[in-house]
Amino acid sequence: MATVEIPEDMELVYKYPESLTERHTHYCPGCTHGIIHRLIAEVIDELGVRERTIGIAPVGCSVLAYYYFNMDFAEAAHGRAPAMATGIKRVSPGKVVFTYQGDGDLAAIGTAEIIHAANRGELITTIFVNNAIYGMTGGQMAPTTLPGQVTTSSPMGRDVETAGWPIRMAELIATLPGAAYVTRQAVFDVPGIRRTKKAIKLAFQTQLAGLGFSMVEVLSTCNTNWHMGPVEALEWAKQHMVDYYPLGDTKVIDEVKALAKGRK
Amino acid sequence: MAKELWEGNAALAEAAIRAGVEAFFGYPITPQTEVLEHFSKRMPELGRVFLQAESEVAAINMVYGAACAGARVMTSSSSPGVSLMQEGFSYIACSEVPAVVTNIMRGGPGLGNVQPAQGDYFQAVKSAGHGDFHMIVLAPANVQELIDLTVLAFDLAEKYRTLAMIVADGSIGQMMEPAEMPPMRPVRPPEERPDWALTGAKGRDPNIITSLYLGAENLERVNLRLQAKLKKIAANEVRWKEYSTEDADLLLVAYGTVGRICQTVVREARRAGMKVGLLRPITLWPFPSKRIAELAEQVRGILTVEMNAGQMVEDVRLAVEGRCTVRFYGRMGGVIPLPDEILPELEKLDAECR
Ligand SMILES: Cc1ncc(C[n+]2csc(CCOP(=O)(O)OP(=O)(O)O)c2C)c(N)n1
Ligand code: SF4
Ligand SMILES: [Mg+2]
Repeated sequence: MATVEIPEDMELVYKYPESLTERHTHYCPGCTHGIIHRLIAEVIDELGVRERTIGIAPVGCSVLAYYYFNMDFAEAAHGRAPAMATGIKRVSPGKVVFTYQGDGDLAAIGTAEIIHAANRGELITTIFVNNAIYGMTGGQMAPTTLPGQVTTSSPMGRDVETAGWPIRMAELIATLPGAAYVTRQAVFDVPGIRRTKKAIKLAFQTQLAGLGFSMVEVLSTCNTNWHMGPVEALEWAKQHMVDYYPLGDTKVIDEVKALAKGRK
Repeated sequence: MAKELWEGNAALAEAAIRAGVEAFFGYPITPQTEVLEHFSKRMPELGRVFLQAESEVAAINMVYGAACAGARVMTSSSSPGVSLMQEGFSYIACSEVPAVVTNIMRGGPGLGNVQPAQGDYFQAVKSAGHGDFHMIVLAPANVQELIDLTVLAFDLAEKYRTLAMIVADGSIGQMMEPAEMPPMRPVRPPEERPDWALTGAKGRDPNIITSLYLGAENLERVNLRLQAKLKKIAANEVRWKEYSTEDADLLLVAYGTVGRICQTVVREARRAGMKVGLLRPITLWPFPSKRIAELAEQVRGILTVEMNAGQMVEDVRLAVEGRCTVRFYGRMGGVIPLPDEILPELEKLDAECR
């Protein structure tokens, strides 16, 4: 990265986050994983906790997230990130621990691990990237794939009679007493990206304040496996995903509400 | 420290505590639930971590996480639970973080029963999980050995940054015997965690712990490193015990509970005029192959006795390489072979290789 001297009469208002490495990501052009990485990195910078944060990457397209985040990182087995995060946090209570997980990872193979971590009120933060598909393995049906949505393993469209219904994880986790802050956001446009960042920040603050488990479900796109252009994918997601997956908080305990107020 | 009466499972847990274990994650299963119960009481007392996980899959991944953080950590289970942990074993082995696990074996396959058995020898020694790796496998035959090997398991796991497994069975886990506990070691303070551990990248480059290596050459390099480490373990850490082998012309090979029973068989066979010795492997991996090969030059025949359909006998045959006759006797499903069934097998072997 080139370094530039900032003249005395100017103020630095925007910069490359310290919490990201300079490595180019392997994500497809148009993929929203990169945006979400950046939001997390900005939040960790703003909270000043990079040097005590430990991230856990999932199995999925973001399996190599540890190359892009400039902090200690572990790579979990498929779906097991919340269990690994539990192990890390329990023996390192002063650290900030977060998992980054896809929808196959979190809502299929790792369902037990996320529910029990949330239910125990583990002091960890989960960033849950819901793109309604298995991106990494080439576009198979995910537990979050919409009814009728065509994937390589639901070529006639998801038939809910045989494949069941898409799971609303933010609502499900919200029912658990250990969850302090659960929200669903989307990165389909600039206002959405700003709201998502705010939510991620509040989720980490919830952890830092020791209030309980926090999760931000981020509705996301996979233009490649949806077989769309990036812009078209964003439009499709706005039109179809948000209907089934309503945006907004599903759980905010009073202490988190106070936190949110306090920071304004 | 004086001898006290200890139940095997509680002794295992207490020995781990004395060895400085910082965290235990587990899931109840007979015949080792007393391990988890002992930890559930003692760990909070000592300000250490105890957590009953939602499954063995979660438990081993919690162990994996805590090990990545550089903590001394363990889990414990029995056969069906160990099968569920195998995913984690493989990840831990590739990531080269130290961890201790146990298998207090019960009768299988399937749900089987809760009687003592040794049906998981292959799983522990040859097939701990997907990919090329071995765990260090330690097999005690009594409560004192269970205590001593538990402490050793932590030391070896950390020395080689690998998995160490204690395999025993329900009869060792649930019997009570006088035994001596080691003194309490201090717990390693968090500031002294190893420099590879995930402790936050403060004033250093980030640490990454992964088992993903894209590219064939890349992953082959990792495998070569793992194999070199295993070779070193095989060269330095083989352990076994011998009984009356100096003049033996027949040899028993048996481990764990049945290894102990075979000590009685040796005495009875000697009384009947047979020159019988016993080799009891303590490390099942690495296996005392060299010593067995030496003894195969000395004896006429070897009888391997196990609580399974014949698993370790394959390693005995590999070690013997045809130098002498090798026969097998075993009972399955939780049946323990007794001296009066083993003796006639020895007599048969004696007659066969006269
Ligand atoms: C135990 C196991 N089963 C299956 C796989 C294959 N696999 C890799 S990624 C993946 C799906 C990932 O989808 P998702 O979590 O939605 O992440 P995305 O790629 O969409 O970001 C699967 C099934 C695996 N690596 N491990
Ligand atoms: S396959 Fe989909 S989720 Fe994966 S990087 Fe490409 S666009 Fe992103
Ligand atoms: Mg996905």
